[in-house]
Amino acid sequence: MYTDKVMEHFSSPRNVGEVEDANAVGTVGNPKCGDIMKMTMRISDDVITDVKFKTFGCGAAVATSSIATELVKGKSIKDALAVTNTAVVEALEGLPPAKIHCSVLAEEAIKAAIADYYKRRGIDPTPIVGCDADCPACHSRHAPD
Amino acid sequence: MLVYADHAATSPLCKEAFHAMQPWLTANGYGNASAMYKIALDAKCRLEDARAAVARALSVLPEEVYFTSGGTESDNWALKGAMELGELRGNRRHLITTAVEHPAVLRVAEWLAKRGCELTVLPVDTLGRVSPEQVAAAVRKDTALVSLIYANNEIGTILPIGDIFAAVKAKDPAVLCHTDAVQAVGHIPVSFSGVDLLTFSGHKFGGPKGTGALYIRKGIPFPAFMHGGGHERGRRSGTENIAGIAGLAAALQAAADNMERHMADTAALRDRLTAGVLAIPYCRMTGDTACRLPGHASFVFDAVEGETIVLGLDIEGVSASSGSACSSGTLDPSHVLLAIGLPHETAHGSLRLTIDASTGAEGVDYIISKLTSVVASRRAMSPLWDDTAGKPVERF
Ligand SMILES: Cc1ncc(COP(=O)(O)O)c(C=O)c1O
Repeated sequence: MYTDKVMEHFSSPRNVGEVEDANAVGTVGNPKCGDIMKMTMRISDDVITDVKFKTFGCGAAVATSSIATELVKGKSIKDALAVTNTAVVEALEGLPPAKIHCSVLAEEAIKAAIADYYKRRGIDPTPIVGCDADCPACHSRHAPD
Repeated sequence: MLVYADHAATSPLCKEAFHAMQPWLTANGYGNASAMYKIALDAKCRLEDARAAVARALSVLPEEVYFTSGGTESDNWALKGAMELGELRGNRRHLITTAVEHPAVLRVAEWLAKRGCELTVLPVDTLGRVSPEQVAAAVRKDTALVSLIYANNEIGTILPIGDIFAAVKAKDPAVLCHTDAVQAVGHIPVSFSGVDLLTFSGHKFGGPKGTGALYIRKGIPFPAFMHGGGHERGRRSGTENIAGIAGLAAALQAAADNMERHMADTAALRDRLTAGVLAIPYCRMTGDTACRLPGHASFVFDAVEGETIVLGLDIEGVSASSGSACSSGTLDPSHVLLAIGLPHETAHGSLRLTIDASTGAEGVDYIISKLTSVVASRRAMSPLWDDTAGKPVERF
């Protein structure tokens, strides 16, 4: 059901863990729905110099988190914010329809971490990041019951 | 090493079934059992031999055995037929079942409810059981059918079907009693006491896929399911799958002949497996530990998701399954795990290991060792797990 690329990222996920001196932390999803991604980043001079993830979830959730860290590592905030869930799916050479939500979660994790970076500096992230994936609507989207 | 630990999903074809099937797939085995010439009569004889063998293995009458395409068809027939009969017999439109049935029962029950049947879905206790009193109390004047799963495919719990159906019949002998015994037949002795209708499937006990049967107690004017040329005494038309039926019968016979030894060997291996798995921290067994299918072991793990475990095991050569949401293609984990009261977050971490005697101690130990390392390595990646403390995070 998964592409070789997904299985490769599932078997040997890149950038697992937590960045020690992180100044940007985003957590999306919730345990009830079976997917949680926590992305930690070190951002300096608007560049993501380090990024790591921890994910609780299915094979696709692990693979999307892993590839998302690769897609943003070393990138400027602007470029990182341009990483969409479609880009995540393409980088993995496809996901089954039922797993597309995992790629959405990966995009949201990137945005949530960057939003946190701005919040820590007293800057309202909404105009820059848009949705920070941390509103009640976002959470209810992942909570089906 | 390859270890197949998903016998509840399907079993490999046993050698007895293969040898019984072969002649009917080659040479002159192709005859249509309805025709008049030699090769057709041979096929007809083989069909009735198989029916007799199945009846003997189950201690029922040959004329009570109706071959079908498998468990799903038999469940569909049992429920739809019983509700049709209930209607004919005086407006009995009520159907009772449980929250832990296989989808082949639950989806049919829901379909019937949309067409005017009244449906009671009984809740179960934390081990997945309903009691005789509880089921009898749900019986109404207009109850047509009670349908209960004999042994649960996800959590292995065996229901006291004889006691439950006795309580139902004591309240109203006219209520039909059906059991989906797909996971039980060929694995444990099955009691037909109080049973009017019983579903089983060939591929769960070493027979071929796409074969099964519905037992219909003699004397019940049960309606036909497949209308057509009048096969299976007019109740289930369609040219018979002689090879498949011969395979099913041979597998069931072999299972019945070796049942006691197989049950003891398999349960001993299962206990070895369970003990090894429960040594992993923050893991619990699901289902009844006492009244349980011999080859069935099912668990939930904290802080690690079920599909991740299944994929991780597959990389190591172990085939297993999970009732986690992700493996079902929805966002909800298995209805069975929710019905036994597990919170969503726990139900996502489920794993089912179903073995048989052929798994052997070596296979079991291999599963334990690979599972232990997969769970540890995947927990280390989980934000719900505190790797330094070696336990789930306090609050997420
Ligand atoms: C309890 C139960 N009922 C019904 C079925 C369906 O049987 P089949 O695969 O033969 O249609 C299965 C197997 O998937 C099962 O485990």
